Amino acid sequence: MISAYLIHLLILVGIYAILAVALQLAMGFTGLLNLGHIAFYCVGAYISALLALAGWPFWFCFLSAGIGAMLFGFLLAIPTNKLKGDYLALATLGFSFVIYAVALNWTGLTRGPLGLPGIPKPSLFGFVFSGNLSFLFLTLAVALISYLIIKKITSSQFGKVLEAIRDNELAVRVLGKNTFKMKSYALGISAFFAGIAGSLYAHYITFIDPSSFTLLQLIPVIAIVIIGGLASLKGTVIAAVVLVLLPEPLRFIGFPSSIVGPARQMIYALLLLLILVYKPKGFYGKIELE
Amino acid sequence: MLKIENLNKSFGGIKAVDNCSFEIKEKTITALIGPNGSGKTTIFNLVSGILKSDSGKIIFSASGGDGKDITDKSIEDISNLGISRLFQQTRLFNNLTVRENLLLAIDNEDTKFLSAFVPQYRGTSADKRNKFEEKIQEMLELVGLSAQGGSASGGAKFQNVLARDLSYGQKRLIELSRAILNPHNFLMLDEPVSGVAPRLREKIKEILIVLKEKGETILLIEHDMNFAFKISDDVVVLEKGRVIAQGKPEEIKNNPRVLEAYLGN
Repeated sequence: MISAYLIHLLILVGIYAILAVALQLAMGFTGLLNLGHIAFYCVGAYISALLALAGWPFWFCFLSAGIGAMLFGFLLAIPTNKLKGDYLALATLGFSFVIYAVALNWTGLTRGPLGLPGIPKPSLFGFVFSGNLSFLFLTLAVALISYLIIKKITSSQFGKVLEAIRDNELAVRVLGKNTFKMKSYALGISAFFAGIAGSLYAHYITFIDPSSFTLLQLIPVIAIVIIGGLASLKGTVIAAVVLVLLPEPLRFIGFPSSIVGPARQMIYALLLLLILVYKPKGFYGKIELE
Repeated sequence: MLKIENLNKSFGGIKAVDNCSFEIKEKTITALIGPNGSGKTTIFNLVSGILKSDSGKIIFSASGGDGKDITDKSIEDISNLGISRLFQQTRLFNNLTVRENLLLAIDNEDTKFLSAFVPQYRGTSADKRNKFEEKIQEMLELVGLSAQGGSASGGAKFQNVLARDLSYGQKRLIELSRAILNPHNFLMLDEPVSGVAPRLREKIKEILIVLKEKGETILLIEHDMNFAFKISDDVVVLEKGRVIAQGKPEEIKNNPRVLEAYLGN
């Protein structure tokens, strides 16, 4: 029983780690304060679920989830190109509300608040990931590949241009580099990985509805990125493990479930506040924001 | 090399640049001077594409080529046509190292996404990359930062220092280096010696003289008259957005209109 519970938690760690590492690329490395990240996760989950329910194979649903979310990322990059800081945060937040509203109200496609039940468990090359242990391996493999790809991007010269944009975009433009293209890449790639995280979530839970993709779900992801440290992939993974597991003991000290949920959000918010006040660079963060 | 014709720019009701016209000759250093608020930096921002003009033309010809109208072109296009710029305020990439700051100026292939995975896609051979490193080293030698701590290994270590950990003077030199390394035909320097110690001021003067000997064309904004007059071939004087005088430093020094603009009646 405990081991099944632990496996469940580790699957969540994997999904949150993919989401947070993806957000780190846009936020920590490129300086895009993107509060629309959860919308990409939502788009990926719905694309994957709808295609799977229509009978498409998992690999196709999974890749389509990433590519679909990436297209939304590119789309979001166009109107937000000239926005920075708080303004960008507000615009991307608006985008997440739009996607949430579509998921809730386009009932012909998404069934609205009724959600999409019966999403099949993934299968690859004839192997069905029906058990949680096998799903854990799948999630960890995807998380590892996502981590390595983003690590490769951020440590390349391409990644240095993204970091330069974060530090001073005007100076990058004066060096003749097209920062709109670069920021679009960052947002698109970040959205791709959020989309595949959404696909994993949909196929793991086998049911999705719009309530899984609200701003409340974004708070832990942002907390992971900031507590782990901006522009630190290692810190992000460690923070994903710690922050997903940290509120779990609440379940064992006898609190009713109606308290455990809000208490979890309070812990994240409190941790975020403490870190921002006492350790603004996070635990492994390398950068100092102006 | 650069021709500004009847350029205008207003902010609300204030005319920052008022029907301004002047020309910069190739292989010269020209100083753009004038009291605070006379429109010097606005002209720099108009030439480098940061601001859009209300009317007028900016014509740029790279190394004897035909003049191109660059008025209101994008910042990136203007840079890629061969205009490099130093800002008045430090704009280094603070969380990158000295080497990374300088490499970003030389490497034009770094914005290709696939280059992150397939080095060949960059079109930047190992040979070319070695040349980049040599250029960085040469530039650090030119600005006197190649052997910090008195040794070559100190210099190598210095390349790996984060820009945010540099002193103000070092930041200014690295930023100047970055502007020089950015491939260009025309260099615009906005107050290169502002806020630096006298010794560093002399060093920057030497660097500019070396650049001029190499055939560079430079336009610089400077408040220090002695510095501007000593180093420049031509001086353009602005007041309230208008050109009130242009000529050799000796002529400008004794121009009553210029003296009045600076010292009042």
